[in-house]
Amino acid sequence: MSIARFWRETPRRYNLGGSRCTTCGTVYFPPRLVCPTCTHHRQSIGKMVPFQLSGDGEVFSFTIVHDPAEGFEMQVPYVVALVRTVEGPILTGQVVDIGPEEARIGLKVRATFRKLREEGKAGVIHYGYKFAPVDELPERPPAGRLAEAPAETARGEDRAPA
Amino acid sequence: MEAGIVSYGAYVPRYRITPAEIGRVWGSDGESMGQGLNVERKSVPAPDEDTITISTEALRMALVRGAIDPQQIGAVYVGSESHPYAVKPTATVVAQAVGATPNLTAADFEFACKAGTAAIQTCLGLVGAGMVRYGVAIGTDTSQGAPSDALEYSASAGGAAFVIGRDHVIARVERTLSYTTDTPDFWRREGQRYPSHSGRFTGEPAYFRHETECARRIMEASGTEPKDYAHVVFHQPNGKFPQRVGKQLGFSDAQMRYGLVTPYIGNTYSAAALLGLANVLDHAGPGERVLVVGYGSGAGSDAFDLTTTDELARFDRSFGRPVQYHLDHGTELSYAVYAKFRGKIQMGGS
Amino acid sequence: MREVAVLGVGMTKFGELWDRSFREIGIEAGLQALVDAKLSSADLGALYLGNMASGSLIDQEHIAPLILDYAGLGSRHLPGVRVEAGGASGALAFHQGYQAVASGLVDFVAVGGAEKLTDVPDVTGNQITSAAADHEWEVVFGATLPALWALIAQRHMHQYGTTREQLARVPVQAHAMGSKNPNAHYRNRITLDQVLAAGPVAEPLGVFDCAPLSDGAAAVVLGPLEVARKYTDRPVRVAACQVACDTMAVQHRKDVTVLDSTVVAARRAFEQARRAPRDIDVAEIHDAYSISALVSLEDLGFSEKGHGGPDFAAGRFAPDGELPVNMSGGLKAQGRPFGAVGVAQIVEIVRQLRGESNERQVKDAHRGLAQDVGGTGATSVVTILEEAS
Repeated sequence: MSIARFWRETPRRYNLGGSRCTTCGTVYFPPRLVCPTCTHHRQSIGKMVPFQLSGDGEVFSFTIVHDPAEGFEMQVPYVVALVRTVEGPILTGQVVDIGPEEARIGLKVRATFRKLREEGKAGVIHYGYKFAPVDELPERPPAGRLAEAPAETARGEDRAPA
Repeated sequence: MEAGIVSYGAYVPRYRITPAEIGRVWGSDGESMGQGLNVERKSVPAPDEDTITISTEALRMALVRGAIDPQQIGAVYVGSESHPYAVKPTATVVAQAVGATPNLTAADFEFACKAGTAAIQTCLGLVGAGMVRYGVAIGTDTSQGAPSDALEYSASAGGAAFVIGRDHVIARVERTLSYTTDTPDFWRREGQRYPSHSGRFTGEPAYFRHETECARRIMEASGTEPKDYAHVVFHQPNGKFPQRVGKQLGFSDAQMRYGLVTPYIGNTYSAAALLGLANVLDHAGPGERVLVVGYGSGAGSDAFDLTTTDELARFDRSFGRPVQYHLDHGTELSYAVYAKFRGKIQMGGS
Repeated sequence: MREVAVLGVGMTKFGELWDRSFREIGIEAGLQALVDAKLSSADLGALYLGNMASGSLIDQEHIAPLILDYAGLGSRHLPGVRVEAGGASGALAFHQGYQAVASGLVDFVAVGGAEKLTDVPDVTGNQITSAAADHEWEVVFGATLPALWALIAQRHMHQYGTTREQLARVPVQAHAMGSKNPNAHYRNRITLDQVLAAGPVAEPLGVFDCAPLSDGAAAVVLGPLEVARKYTDRPVRVAACQVACDTMAVQHRKDVTVLDSTVVAARRAFEQARRAPRDIDVAEIHDAYSISALVSLEDLGFSEKGHGGPDFAAGRFAPDGELPVNMSGGLKAQGRPFGAVGVAQIVEIVRQLRGESNERQVKDAHRGLAQDVGGTGATSVVTILEEAS
């Protein structure tokens, strides 16, 4: 794949940058210039704004691939899924860090950052999103000290100017 | 020093292999080898993981936990001896992947296993001087030992990211001090796939001298003794060396409990001491003093005298997996699959 | 708009044609169709050639003049048009030829479809043909064409309770028909157990759930219905030919279990022909994957949504069922030379309506339907053919 062709998509492939129609509110990934939902497409022209997906979602459908796409030979068998994100759009992506037998519709997943393919041993390496299961939160450390701490969950807000 | 650690994140790949399984292939007693090294299992990266993906996972976790706006990051330094590219930085991909570009400086560091601690020192300088608001230092590796070499029984993969800043510091850096000499104990020449080492020479004149000297000197400078520290973290190429250094210096097993992670995930090289520190911070409470002494072949040690602050109690550690999870979990591989994942099998075709 | 008839048909054998080149098979099919139509090449006004990926497969683009040239028509300077819509390239070429004749601008056109897939290794062939899906947002992430159809299958099973066994019935019937078709890529019968035991490709789809990569070509000659009897004793009228497109990627479908392009193309075609699904006597549908056959049957209106599996298993689409489907053996057994498939479907329906299908002949076949799908459903072409009265 040409370097420029992959490179120009890095905001999407690395960071899940989508778009949202300010007329009807629908979120799209990958981003679109024209809203397919608005009845009159002209309404949306110039009104699509960038929208960041969180990367959280669940498996909407999946397959276990045994006859791989080029560049995926080392990972056979691997899981490819349609992941419905919490923001709405469905993405196609690999689900990693699970055995194929663990794949199921409804599995909660989160975007992770992996190598997508390499242009041979000497060429560039392409990176992008895949998905990994989100486990139930592991048990918190037993130390009672944490429980005594003031619960200030909104702590970060003053330090993260938008 | 005003600058300190404001957040951190850790990542260890999912797969594991045991020394017994490695020994089975090479006709040696891997189990006793593992016991000798105090390494139960080592982590193995998936075929689609490298130090860029590991760094990104660790840093993303740190940014969420610390609620840090990536655009406020002024520097990203990634220390590793297994950067995917010989030329082309790991740090730029990581910075882009966390949304920190373009208003920042970035570079890759290399100093065997202490490139990550060197990156922390650099960030402390930049933040302390007011040049950047946040500096990111990452130590990560997916190092390999040559097949059947002693290193193969421990060389593993992982990474830890530390965000250095001045506001909401969870661990204050009281002092940092380094001890550096020219000591050829371990190296990898340009174009060589696997590193070479000088056998037993890597021990006394290299690892042990630098670790103990550096630790003594920072305690002397700070006017502290081992008993002043709640936790101590040494570089840990295996599970045995750091225990011996700890004993030599007068630290107890209890002080080393959280800082020693290599027995469960292997030697993560540039990430080894930093994953130990991350595990300490996962378990520590406010007001605890922590001594960290990293080591890199070639050779040098970087020591940090840290004190956790009240901010640590308010720090949200719930996002992402704590280091303990990686110590307790993992999917074991056969040597054959491990060899496939690590590119040790010669493939046909072009 | 004037009425259009199919005047002649031709096709090569489908399969691994090691000793035959792209241009040879293209010309063979075309000449057969011309001879069948009792038409002189001097009468032709244009060529529409369906082909998906000659540039990637045989390093040759610009293939319409190539075929005209080697068909001996170079000095006649006919317009030659290549048409591409992934696996629906052939059907779309037919649609373009149909429009040309219907408009009155051209009287006689040749429509061809040709693909040479075995000049590259299987891995390369799969990679090239996967470009019919959305390369940037599906294929890059490790999704192959069978994987994308498997995503549809898994969801179909989840939503409607379609079973692995129901899917497996599709290739069993396809091979049974292929065994009676001398042009078929596969002429061996297979059993349900063989399908279920076959190696997986993209679960739940196995080796026998996926059509092969084949070489082959097919061609038809179209002309005005009003003069059709000058050229053939059994003209077949094009009652409708409709194209519809949908989102490129499966992930963007309104409902991933529905091929909206097929739903809409079929609705338009039935409207144009003033017919309903129950009026169809024989059909050729897109069974490139067992799941694509089931969703196609549903979306064409031959089964209720979600009932494709049980209906197929009950024999509704068998040779002696209420609507015999894919009597050619379909893409699964007759073969899948991508750009040729849509034209070969027309060839099969025409022969069925003329009563020329020998062992595979459907009794009382007066009206037939062909449905060709590109990619995972981004393009569908639905054509309805009738005996000319």
